[in-house]
Amino acid sequence: MSVLVYTESDQGRFKKTAFEVASYAKSVADQLGTTVTAITINAADTSELETYGVSKVLKVTNASLESFNAKIYASIIQQAVEKESAKVVVVSSSVNSKYLAPLLSINLNAGYATNVLETPSNTAPFIVKRTAFTNKAYEMFQINTDVKLLGISKNSFGLKENKTTASSEDFSPSIPESGIHVESVDKASNKVTIADAEIVVSAGRGLKGPENWGMIEELADVLGAATACSKPVSDLGWRPHGEHVGQTGKPVASNLYIAIGISGAIQHLAGINASKVKVVINTDAEAPFFKAADYGVVGDAFVVVPELIKKLKAFKAQQ
Amino acid sequence: MKILVCISHVPDTTSKINFTDDNTKFDTNGVQYVINPNDEFGLTRAMWFKEKQGAEVTVVNVGGAETEPTLRKALAIGADAAIRVNVAAADGFSVAKQLAKVVKDGGYDLIIAGRESIDYNGGMVPGMIAGLTNSNFVSNCIGLEVDGNSAKVVREIDGGKETVNTSLPLIIGGQKGLVEESDLRIPNMRGIMMARQKPLTVLEPIDIAPETASVKFEKPAPKGAVKLVSPDNLDELISLLHNEAKVI
Ligand SMILES: Cc1cc2nc3c(=O)[nH]c(=O)nc-3n(C[C@H](O)[C@H](O)[C@H](O)COP(=O)(O)OP(=O)(O)OC[C@H]3O[C@@H](n4cnc5c(N)ncnc54)[C@H](O)[C@@H]3O)c2cc1C
Ligand SMILES: Nc1ncnc2c1ncn2[C@@H]1O[C@H](COP(=O)(O)O)[C@@H](O)[C@H]1O
Repeated sequence: MSVLVYTESDQGRFKKTAFEVASYAKSVADQLGTTVTAITINAADTSELETYGVSKVLKVTNASLESFNAKIYASIIQQAVEKESAKVVVVSSSVNSKYLAPLLSINLNAGYATNVLETPSNTAPFIVKRTAFTNKAYEMFQINTDVKLLGISKNSFGLKENKTTASSEDFSPSIPESGIHVESVDKASNKVTIADAEIVVSAGRGLKGPENWGMIEELADVLGAATACSKPVSDLGWRPHGEHVGQTGKPVASNLYIAIGISGAIQHLAGINASKVKVVINTDAEAPFFKAADYGVVGDAFVVVPELIKKLKAFKAQQ
Repeated sequence: MKILVCISHVPDTTSKINFTDDNTKFDTNGVQYVINPNDEFGLTRAMWFKEKQGAEVTVVNVGGAETEPTLRKALAIGADAAIRVNVAAADGFSVAKQLAKVVKDGGYDLIIAGRESIDYNGGMVPGMIAGLTNSNFVSNCIGLEVDGNSAKVVREIDGGKETVNTSLPLIIGGQKGLVEESDLRIPNMRGIMMARQKPLTVLEPIDIAPETASVKFEKPAPKGAVKLVSPDNLDELISLLHNEAKVI
């Protein structure tokens, strides 16, 4: 009857979202009067999960699962859910979890809610709050199936410590034929990704050309941030498509989003509104971004950004 | 190759989002509808397969008669035929069930859907069709090539991309990158005239109980005013971000 959570890892180490979904699962388990079981795939050290309220770990270790495969992972999680007779299953909103969850939903006949923000407001009927219309509205969403599958929005619940002692069990599920074979993975290993970043530094057409991104990268560097851009910037080929954020690009749910030379069109704002704190730097005091931002500087990016880098470096040196 | 492109009919990206009936229904008043942007990228890629590899392209929507102008637009862009399953979309699962039936009955080789609809942002229909039909499935697709029965698909991952090999029948969840923005087509007069002659078949739905339901909507609370900091006083910005917002 426990709550089952899929805790993602990368090269053996848990992703931060794993702890966030575990924290969330613990809170739901308390509501339901039950405990949390985590399923991990090739995670090296699972003891960290004890900090976030996990009582039992099903540990899958299998070299053939090194590269992610949605169908196989969905099948493994399904087998764990069935073994534990879990009624609530929790996953993150990472690209991979969003890929496997619809398959898992069909496997389990479980109604699936995506972009969930809070713990259920009610458990019978089971109702959760989620975002809809790309952050322009919230939806109270009812799941009527016996098993419920929840995809939690990044950075919505946060990390909640809840010390437990967890039992750990090796789990060897059967592995189905996948039909999909990874040929190559192309990933910059030294860069902070938009998905993982606490801070995102983003720039738009106000930067005039790709040759001016040096200061954006430097600012990101000082802050340990990921870089992003507006849609026209990637359409023009100034920056790679993977950096395009907004309604038709990547969603951003960071703690801090700094927008430089971005006007703040509705499609841009929709995709970044889930970020907690927004800063805008723009020459035009009338730019719509000022209505969406928490802090703003009306000024020329070519003056403000280098100055900000200098001051931030001094600030960091003091810390 | 027979291609099915799933088209979600959504409010234009600039639409004001409001609700009626005690905040239980989306207010369609004054809202312009468009082909879901992620589906427009998929449809455009399907046009490439039609022109370069002789594919036959059908578009499909699950929805009421009000979605037909959106399907006609897809025909005007170049799809050969359209199907509308005549039932209001109740939830992602029921839409996927209707579409899975269309997929099975039509014997399609390639099913192109979008990563997510920009209205309810479910992000579940393509994966659910794949689960229901037991087909190969790649989400967040930013590149797709087909050669006979094999496909090479590029998928966006956190911080990069992954190239996979798979085979038809295949379902993808597409997004920008599948084609470039500049490849998108605006229907021309000839396309619009031809679209009128093309078949738009209305299918009666199968009986399905939805798994989920929308209870109520809420709009985010209005935001407080922006705090402006002078460009000559960036120390203040750093101090605000550190002491007040606590984000650096
Ligand atoms: C269907 C659809 C989907 C879309 N999806 C997205 C999306 O997902 N993401 C997205 O970003 N956009 C999206 N757009 C595009 C969106 O409407 C805007 O066109 C886009 O966001 C504008 O990008 P921008 O702010 O970089 O450029 P602009 O609107 O050209 O703004 C540039 C800004 O830079 C400022 N500026 C100029 N010089 C300086 C300087 N020296 N210092 C500081 N500031 C300066 C200007 O005042 C201006 O505000 C979409 C559009 C459509 C139709
Ligand atoms: N009512 C519908 N009719 C046809 N296709 C749909 C419908 N709803 C969703 N889709 C397809 O599924 C994709 C993902 O939608 P969703 O799961 O609703 O976010 C869309 O981009 C469409 O390709």
